[in-house]
Amino acid sequence: MITGIKRDHLRFKQIVKGKIKQNLKRFISQGEMIGRRGKDFVSIPIPHIDLPHFRFGKRQTGGVGQGEGAPGTPIGQGEAEEGQAGNSEGEHQIEVDVSLKELAEMLGQELELPRIQPKGSGTINSSKYRYSGINNVGPDSLRHVKRTYKEALKRQLMEATYNPEDPVIIPYKKDFRYRVWKNVTKPENNAVIIYMMDVSGSMGDEQKEIVRTESFWIDTWLRSQYNDIQIRYIIHDAAAREVDQHTFYHTRESGGTLISSAYRLCNEIIDKNYPASEWNIYAMHFSDGDNWSGEDTKFCVDILRNDLLPKTNQFCYGQVESRYGSGQFIKDLLENFKEEERLVTSKIENKEAIYRSLKEFLGKGR
Amino acid sequence: MRQQLPAELIKAHAEIRELARNYGLETFDLIFELVDYNEINEIAALGGFPTRYPHWRFGMEFDYLNKGYAWGLQKIYELVINNDPCYAYLQTGNMIVDQKLVMAHVYGHCDFFKNNMWFSKTNRKMLDEMANHATRIREYQDRLGVDRVENFIDACLSIDNLIDFYSPFVQKSDKRPMVGYQEEERDEASPHRFEAKGYMDKYVNPPSFMEAQRRKIASDAEKNRKFPAQPERDIMKFLLEFAPLEQWQREILSIVREEAYYFAPQAQTKIMNEGWASYWHSTMMTQHVLKDSEVIDYADHHSGTLGSRPGQINPYKLGIELYRDIEERWNKGKFGKEYDECDDQDEKRRWDKKLGQGRAKIFEVRKLHNDVTFIDSFLNEEFAEQQKLFTYGFNRRTGMYEIADRDWRKVKEQLLFSLTNFGQPIILVEDGNFENRGELLLRHQHEGTDLEYDKGIETLKNIHALWTRPVSLLTKYNTQLKLISFDGKEIKERDA
Repeated sequence: MITGIKRDHLRFKQIVKGKIKQNLKRFISQGEMIGRRGKDFVSIPIPHIDLPHFRFGKRQTGGVGQGEGAPGTPIGQGEAEEGQAGNSEGEHQIEVDVSLKELAEMLGQELELPRIQPKGSGTINSSKYRYSGINNVGPDSLRHVKRTYKEALKRQLMEATYNPEDPVIIPYKKDFRYRVWKNVTKPENNAVIIYMMDVSGSMGDEQKEIVRTESFWIDTWLRSQYNDIQIRYIIHDAAAREVDQHTFYHTRESGGTLISSAYRLCNEIIDKNYPASEWNIYAMHFSDGDNWSGEDTKFCVDILRNDLLPKTNQFCYGQVESRYGSGQFIKDLLENFKEEERLVTSKIENKEAIYRSLKEFLGKGR
Repeated sequence: MRQQLPAELIKAHAEIRELARNYGLETFDLIFELVDYNEINEIAALGGFPTRYPHWRFGMEFDYLNKGYAWGLQKIYELVINNDPCYAYLQTGNMIVDQKLVMAHVYGHCDFFKNNMWFSKTNRKMLDEMANHATRIREYQDRLGVDRVENFIDACLSIDNLIDFYSPFVQKSDKRPMVGYQEEERDEASPHRFEAKGYMDKYVNPPSFMEAQRRKIASDAEKNRKFPAQPERDIMKFLLEFAPLEQWQREILSIVREEAYYFAPQAQTKIMNEGWASYWHSTMMTQHVLKDSEVIDYADHHSGTLGSRPGQINPYKLGIELYRDIEERWNKGKFGKEYDECDDQDEKRRWDKKLGQGRAKIFEVRKLHNDVTFIDSFLNEEFAEQQKLFTYGFNRRTGMYEIADRDWRKVKEQLLFSLTNFGQPIILVEDGNFENRGELLLRHQHEGTDLEYDKGIETLKNIHALWTRPVSLLTKYNTQLKLISFDGKEIKERDA
């Protein structure tokens, strides 16, 4: 049984998590936590949890201080000015670190997402280093201080040089102990996500923000389903190229749109690096749906039918609405692939629609 | 879990115990325990006690302390419980000079706990009592469910500052009811009878009507009787006695109230208590305990403890300086009519009657005063000037807190204001039968500072959870008298 402070701490964390869950829908569409992402966790700002008391408003109280300075000398920054006593601006927030795994779990529960059944199980080996033991030789950087101390203590006890009144322990060379590591290999299911985005002139910052938020959640979810995941980015207007993450979100071109260019590049990347038999492949394409010509749309349909759909676990097409409205492409896809389960399309009109669209993309469990 | 003290600390403890005794400090038996930082954070989060009832707020405190320690923002040096025997904790891995400093400091606290009169009504077996509370609340949680009990505790904790800090010292004779001059009014309270001849009386004054009138008058009188007779400061007590609570709720409310009263004197004597402990660690360390090699580390940590940032009063610093000032004044005879009426500043400065009463005086001060009376009685112009005290206020134009004044009277006034009722607003139960509908009317005794609105509303809701009938608060915002009510559904607000 867990007792004492550990139980209270656990309870506190539960309450915090409850707060996050309550507000998850808002978090999902606002994407405010994405900027606060660390390697394995995000810090989520939540309103300070507090026991309310009757107390004085801060502003009017003032106080007594100590030190140098003439009247009028500023001693500290006040909080943001408020118009009228009564509305509390500047409510303190606490930031809670939540691991991406937990976040994915919450997302899964919130959206009722099915777990993914990976294909091509265990064909790729991954290796990790683990500390597995102790040795008496090794590099200083791996020195085990506690074990070294124990060895020295044992020796001094035997030599009768240990004095409890003056417990000083001096280790010699032969007392030193070092950590030893081992290389562990483990078969894993591997997955790759290939993001494609239309960066033609009609895709504005708002649309990109939607894509960014949406892809953050897709990443988070798929990461929780696979041990290791690779992510590739393709941008396109009339021509496509592969870029890094930063470029992906920050490029703006002015040209027209040929979607097939991106699909072709995506297919090339898959053929080159990710044999479909061994990899779980997810392709995600975001665009405002304004393809240049009907002919190009035909190319796209061909590539999808012959190459991309057979190779991928799922092909997602998200159509965001730009200020020029929403294009034709989503309709064309739906007409051509009525029965195709691997193709998922979703219309994302605004930020609020992200929630629904995530459900559409991830709800298939593929 | 707890480790035995190593030999060198046992030796240090014996030395300091002996010193404390020789200086005249009178303490409970002190037991030092050696714990690591995790354990000390744990105990600190629980308010100094190893066992408390289960509640998430302790976990939050622990989270905060642990992060603070991990990021190197703060570190707990000393932790001592007002209990007989008195328990104090030392952190493993601190330098030996720190441990000695903490021990000496703790002896000061312990002497203060035992001798200061504001502590005289606290339970000295609180360690056991807290464990009992924990057991009882755990039982309730097992029986009624964690959420239900926890929500109720939340509501109780929300009003744990609404107690009457002086009530432990007031002997109330509840048995003797307050009977006054209302008796005579009673006679007039019988219904008016029209004059009539005997045989006509039952027609002029029909008995059934007379009876109804009598009942109406009686019920009116009932309504007019004030309840509570006097405005009640101890809102927790009022709710305990009159709110429609279930047995387990009553018990929990009473536990929270008891703990609030236990902790109250510590908030009431923060400056005095920390000042006293600092005075003694500094005296013992510099006069006896320190080795030459430890002086630098001691000075570093001592100044760290006493350092103050602008805009903040460090209770350790203010306390120790005021004790020292008192000691000097009573050593030199700088008090009384003759000194006060002397106009010659130079002579005042050189004043020395060689009375040597300083030590005795500060022992007396530590026995009788709390922070408010301490500051009120001993902070004078010379002290305020010498300590460079000032008042500050918020400047709306610049958005900064700025030094407002160095006039010692204003400093003193502001300081006293911030200490009165621990700087908490005074809220009273005005009427337990408000609007004659069993509603609760609270009144904020407004002394120039408005309440924080949002927290106030949340608190009102929590009181409603206890009282179960609508709850109203009379207070002022921007000098306008307002009545804020919560009826269980919505907040209503109107000018009053």
